Amino acid sequence: MTKPLLDVEDLRVRFHLRTGTVEAVRGVSFQLGRERLGIVGESGSGKSQTGRAILGLTPPPGEVTAKRLAFDGIDLQKASKRTLRTLRGGRISMVMQDPKYSLNPVMTIGEQIIEAYQAHVKAGKAEARDRALAMLEAVKMRDPGRVFSLYPHEVSGGMGQRAMIAMMLVTDPDLLIADEPTSALDVTVSMEVLRILDELVSERGMGLIFISHDLKLVSSFCDRVLVMYAGRVVEELEAKNLREAKHPYTQGLMRCLPTLADDVRPLPTLNRDPAWAL
Amino acid sequence: MLDIQNLQVVYGTGRMRVDAVKNVSFHVEPGAAYGLVGESGSGKSTVLRAICGLAPITSGRVSVHGNAVTTPRGKAFYRTVQMVFQDPYASLHPRHTVDRTLSEPLAIHGEKDAEARILQALKEVGLSPSFRFRYPHQLSGGQRQRIAIARALILRPKVLLLDEPTSALDASVQAEILNLLDDLRRRLGLTYILVSHDLAVVAHLCERLLVMQHGEAVEETTAAALRSGAASNDYTQSLIQASQGFTRVAPLPAQAPAA
Repeated sequence: MTKPLLDVEDLRVRFHLRTGTVEAVRGVSFQLGRERLGIVGESGSGKSQTGRAILGLTPPPGEVTAKRLAFDGIDLQKASKRTLRTLRGGRISMVMQDPKYSLNPVMTIGEQIIEAYQAHVKAGKAEARDRALAMLEAVKMRDPGRVFSLYPHEVSGGMGQRAMIAMMLVTDPDLLIADEPTSALDVTVSMEVLRILDELVSERGMGLIFISHDLKLVSSFCDRVLVMYAGRVVEELEAKNLREAKHPYTQGLMRCLPTLADDVRPLPTLNRDPAWAL
Repeated sequence: MLDIQNLQVVYGTGRMRVDAVKNVSFHVEPGAAYGLVGESGSGKSTVLRAICGLAPITSGRVSVHGNAVTTPRGKAFYRTVQMVFQDPYASLHPRHTVDRTLSEPLAIHGEKDAEARILQALKEVGLSPSFRFRYPHQLSGGQRQRIAIARALILRPKVLLLDEPTSALDASVQAEILNLLDDLRRRLGLTYILVSHDLAVVAHLCERLLVMQHGEAVEETTAAALRSGAASNDYTQSLIQASQGFTRVAPLPAQAPAA
């Protein structure tokens, strides 16, 4: 890795609430090149907040601090709102979990893709339209022309998620953050969506941060995996070496899944060691 | 214990007609666990809802203990058959305490000795009596699902209909709930019908299962056959493959930096 695309050091996300301060992310550091990085953890481990903090999407009253938070040499903490706006959706984009809630319900899919494109690239109507159609084709929509003029409620979950991927990739970003992109989808459909995502990411040489609770899925999809627990990275490992995970939390997470391969009964459960959260 | 013959569920008429379940038949022995697998829209949940009266039976026969069910279902039916829903965040009344949630079925069925029954039910699902006066928002996802199971068990039913009981839960919590269900079945001699999209979960809990697609039964198979990979049907195969995680068609070489 020569120059990292994304450099995060000691990232912290705090929420100051009436009941006290909750630290959702507590000192996460990693560097990302043009590779696929997985972030895994259970609900409340801070994995989504990490992804959001990078994009500056931490909801108020959240507070983000970091020793370094740089994208391609640009300091994201010092960058003006204007710079951030051009980065977000342009060079860094994010695919959200549920297409039902993340697409605009009163705009056709085509219009939304055009809007995303024209927000970042100076382009005429015809050109934007061509780009949007090409993008819909790239995500393997059977009939791009028809999907273009459909509203989000008229398409299935898998199609909606592919439409969102099309919208996020139309500006040719350098970094894609995918926050549980397939957990609202069926197993077979989610494989199809992942295949498309995989192809596009490797074709365009993008960096990808894949956030998920599904350890098995992440390890089969990504090159490198960060395992998060209680706001910290407890383990970082190469995806292919997942079997050799050292941390008891990672090991426990792996073991407690029922598998088709063997029949363990009762399933080993996770004994959470309070020391993990320190 | 439970026999479903040519079950058909149809919503709407004319152009709006949707055949949610088409001609599904299966039979569950007492004490067995039977799985229904398929993707969303395959009609697997509708079968469960049709059994317990939440969906209309357009044609076909559902019988419990050899007796065809009546519409509306009687009290006796709900003493035998109870359901656990997918999302414990949505299926518990947010403004009822655990105590109130659990005493409701007892009151409906005119059961006495509510206090002892509630404490017993909490114990069965592995919760201490201190949970009795909590509200759902004071419980974690796994604890809520335990309460939902306790609510279903408090009338001592023979059949439990489980609609994706673990898909809203984290992996480690899922393991706890699966162990609990396994244990309860053995101790109380329950019969399960489990709906899930996760083949591994179904194979873990059930002996036999039915694979469904587009409202139709595709294949009836056993968990043992599933484990050995002996599925005759293409669709079942694709489900098995999907459950193994993501596979690249051709392994890609290490990422070449594009810029």
